[in-house]
Amino acid sequence: MNITKEVIQKHGLTIEEFVKIKDLLQREPNILELGIFSAMWNEHCSYKSSKIHLKKLPTKNKNVIQGPGENAGIIDIGDGDAIVFKIESHNHPSFIEPYQGAATGVGGILRDVFTMGARPIALLNSIHFGSPENTKTRNLLHGVVSGIGGYGNCIGIPTVAGETKFNQTYNENILVNAMAVGLVKKNKIFYSKAKGIGKSVVYVGSKTGRDGIHGASMASAEFDDDSEEKKPTVQVGDPFTEKLLMEACLELMKDKSIISIQDMGAAGLTSSSVEMAFKGDLGMEINLDKVPCREEKMTPYEMMLSESQERMLIILEDGKENEAKKIFDKWDLDFVVIGKTIETKKLKLYYKNDIVADIPIEALSSSAPQYERKWTKTELPKKETNFKNLKKINFKESFLKIISSSNHSNKNWITEQYDQMVMCDTIQKSGSDAAIIRIHKKNKAIAVAVDSSANYCKSHPITGGKQIVCENWRNLISMGAKPIAITNCLNFGNPENQEVMGQFAETIIGIKEACEYLDYPVVSGNVSFYNGTNKKNIFPTPVIGGVGIIQKPEKNINHLFKEVGNSVLLIGKTFGHLYQSAFSNEILSINEGPPPEINLINEKNNGEFVLELIKQNLVLSVHDVSAGGTIVSLAEMSIGSSLGVKIEKPKNLNNIFEYFFGEDQGRYLIEIDKNNLEKVKELLKKNNIFHEIIGITQKDKFELAGEFSIDIKELSKINNKWYYNY
Amino acid sequence: MKFSVTVTLKKDVLDPQGKVVQQTLQNMGMKTLKDLRQGKYFEVDINENDEKLAKDKVDEMCKKLLANLIIEDFKISKL
Amino acid sequence: MNSSVIVFPGSNCDRDIAVALEKMQFKNKLVWHKDTNLPKSDLIVIPGGFSYGDYLRSGAIAAKSKIINEVIKAANEGCLVLGVCNGFQILIETGLLKGALLRNKNLKFINKDVSLKVNSINNKFCKKYKLGQIIKLNIAHNEGNYFTNKDHLKELEDNNLIAFKYCDEKGFINQNSNPNGSVNNIAGIFNKNKNILGMMPHPERMIEKSVSGDDGISLFSSLLN
Repeated sequence: MNITKEVIQKHGLTIEEFVKIKDLLQREPNILELGIFSAMWNEHCSYKSSKIHLKKLPTKNKNVIQGPGENAGIIDIGDGDAIVFKIESHNHPSFIEPYQGAATGVGGILRDVFTMGARPIALLNSIHFGSPENTKTRNLLHGVVSGIGGYGNCIGIPTVAGETKFNQTYNENILVNAMAVGLVKKNKIFYSKAKGIGKSVVYVGSKTGRDGIHGASMASAEFDDDSEEKKPTVQVGDPFTEKLLMEACLELMKDKSIISIQDMGAAGLTSSSVEMAFKGDLGMEINLDKVPCREEKMTPYEMMLSESQERMLIILEDGKENEAKKIFDKWDLDFVVIGKTIETKKLKLYYKNDIVADIPIEALSSSAPQYERKWTKTELPKKETNFKNLKKINFKESFLKIISSSNHSNKNWITEQYDQMVMCDTIQKSGSDAAIIRIHKKNKAIAVAVDSSANYCKSHPITGGKQIVCENWRNLISMGAKPIAITNCLNFGNPENQEVMGQFAETIIGIKEACEYLDYPVVSGNVSFYNGTNKKNIFPTPVIGGVGIIQKPEKNINHLFKEVGNSVLLIGKTFGHLYQSAFSNEILSINEGPPPEINLINEKNNGEFVLELIKQNLVLSVHDVSAGGTIVSLAEMSIGSSLGVKIEKPKNLNNIFEYFFGEDQGRYLIEIDKNNLEKVKELLKKNNIFHEIIGITQKDKFELAGEFSIDIKELSKINNKWYYNY
Repeated sequence: MKFSVTVTLKKDVLDPQGKVVQQTLQNMGMKTLKDLRQGKYFEVDINENDEKLAKDKVDEMCKKLLANLIIEDFKISKL
Repeated sequence: MNSSVIVFPGSNCDRDIAVALEKMQFKNKLVWHKDTNLPKSDLIVIPGGFSYGDYLRSGAIAAKSKIINEVIKAANEGCLVLGVCNGFQILIETGLLKGALLRNKNLKFINKDVSLKVNSINNKFCKKYKLGQIIKLNIAHNEGNYFTNKDHLKELEDNNLIAFKYCDEKGFINQNSNPNGSVNNIAGIFNKNKNILGMMPHPERMIEKSVSGDDGISLFSSLLN
């Protein structure tokens, strides 16, 4: 096949990049080699536009065992245990085929975790759809939710937390981000770095079919009107086979047969073999005749670029092949030695006794292009709307409209489709600030949460980046967990657009500042560019997944009110910031102005103080104040608990809307047992923490003194109905 | 006018269910079984006298709902 | 008490129920489906999960495995057999229990805590519960909508062969308290001899108050003596 300009473009490469390939090879590549370059050099695998920015992020603290660069990040949680976790996007495939796209997204992230020797213990997700009025949204929502459930439920790993959002910016490009969390013994971690020459390279798992050929390139190209034609490349997930693969791998990992192991994810056999060889500073030869194929007459090109799911590449110690094969036979999985490690640092592929590709490993990895793309700054938007004159707006109606809106409704309709309890260690299910998973057979737990806030990030990326890290940190604190580290999934538009690149660069600056100040490093993650269609880019949507440690889980702190007659305190100062708030969006349809300011000093002080109160057993429930403001957070504390609250307006209240719907940051609501109130007040004073007593818990009624009172059952119905009616 | 519609996964798409059923039958001793793929079957009764028009209608039903054209093929036969 | 938990490819509640049995002092063994010998057991448990990916029909393929012949033999000799969730589906497919488990009426997977009324206590599985006691267990299934013919339903009702019925928190048994569409709100049934129990809710998920609740304990303690 001749390599024409069209062929190069079809592979997502530029002419300059093709010239560089010829330079590196000192000759023209053949079509197979071109395919391999295109897979390794695309945005998804090479991070060519993002690398120079990602380098700025903090990646270490005293708990971090493994930062970015491996299949997943790892943190030490003490007692010889470690937690492995990562988040990844599967946006484009999910838009094309929502069920399979979401399902294989879950499958892929699980493999990243168990590849490292960890047994997955929790799944989370962050899913974003277009506006509910968009005709595609309903099918996409149904498909994605059943796909996530279909995979997680079948493989038997609880899906414990997540977020679902609707915004017209995702009308033609939904986001499906899946996070997996696993538990591993610190001395039993497996890495992808190859070691030793002449070692067997083994293919295990499912057979290779013509699934998702060019999937990785697809994930790095904008949708256009012929996306429909790209459809045949969608992969089908098989959670049953993945369960077998997981058990087989974990069984093999009990002894010392494995030198290194890597999941065949995006760009399948190509990226797994190149990454293992590159990290090990050696080469690899593969005999493609040996690759187990599902279809007849598959070409080397198809084998190398197939994205068939549920496959792994393993490098084995000498003489361990037979024992290892026995394990895979037991689980009815393919196990084939397809090649070996070699001293020459090259990827050499053989097919029917011919050498069909011969590429220096470095050319595919460290020599891949890196771009310092041009970017523009986003100025802090001016405060143009005047929120002082809202006389025509009814407070109660606004409040009810927000809690019954698509974005702020109760999400039971979704979470009941996920098995949240399998493995029997789920202490706190979805619906609180974070989920709590007990470490199996130990009196210790982790809290996990995912967050995003695209509106804030769109308005001012630096502030948005900071805010989202802080919110995630706050969510873990609210469960009594000490936040340790995060993983991030950075969903952005086309990086060749200077404004988008600017959003990316500045979001990273924001994330970096917050992570550094809070000692909350990034240990793994994924960048997804080219989200958008026909030049319309999505709002910048970084998603943060955080993990924290709870030393004594039996206290079981969550957001639900516990008893009648207790004081509810608002920690942190309320300025009444309404720009970019749920109130402004949902009620006034105003989307302008800056996001709420982040004061990292207050954020940290308030958070650490709340954590200390929890430790000293002085609080009964905690909830962070986020989208919708204080009134919505108070409603959430009531609804699940069936206990009401009588909220008092502060004296000298200027603007009820600003006070109760304002989204100022660094705030928490806490319920204090009446017997502990004086003690807590003293501590607040001593630590100089700003607070107000905002209400008292009561039976049955959710009440704002002088404004309205509503039965909890009624409130709960209003909060619950959106999904069931959609 | 009655038609039957068979919906199956496209040839190159992985069929996990078919694969497991095939392995099980083979393990049960059905040694001559070579390949098995699973699908869905519908019977559609349509108020239309013209066969071509009726078939077009069923074709439309398949394309719009019964089959997921991204991963499935369909076959229509008159009953 | 010796118990055996049968493990099929795709079982995923095998560890959970083994933990529960061990906590209750059973001597438990996990038995792989390819084994042809069943260890001597007082109780055989078929756990929940997605044996063979739920492909074809839930439980259909596991019901054709080698070990299942041994389970049938033991059951017919009077050994106690408990099938939970997918285990219940497998018992139905083997014919050890009658009826069928259809897709949930809302056609969706359902995971939630449900209230159940204990409907029969004159048996080895439920004797530590009180008759009419309302307990909370967790369900997690796609196909838990129990259906059977009129004659069999009458037989179940008349002979006290229904172990649990879905109810609301106050104990009312009606369509509003029926999560999946099961006929007569049935959540679990016995065979004629009451040595086999199949149930959709997961007792093993409710053995610790501080995690999720402990209403499942009485089922295991009933079996102990």
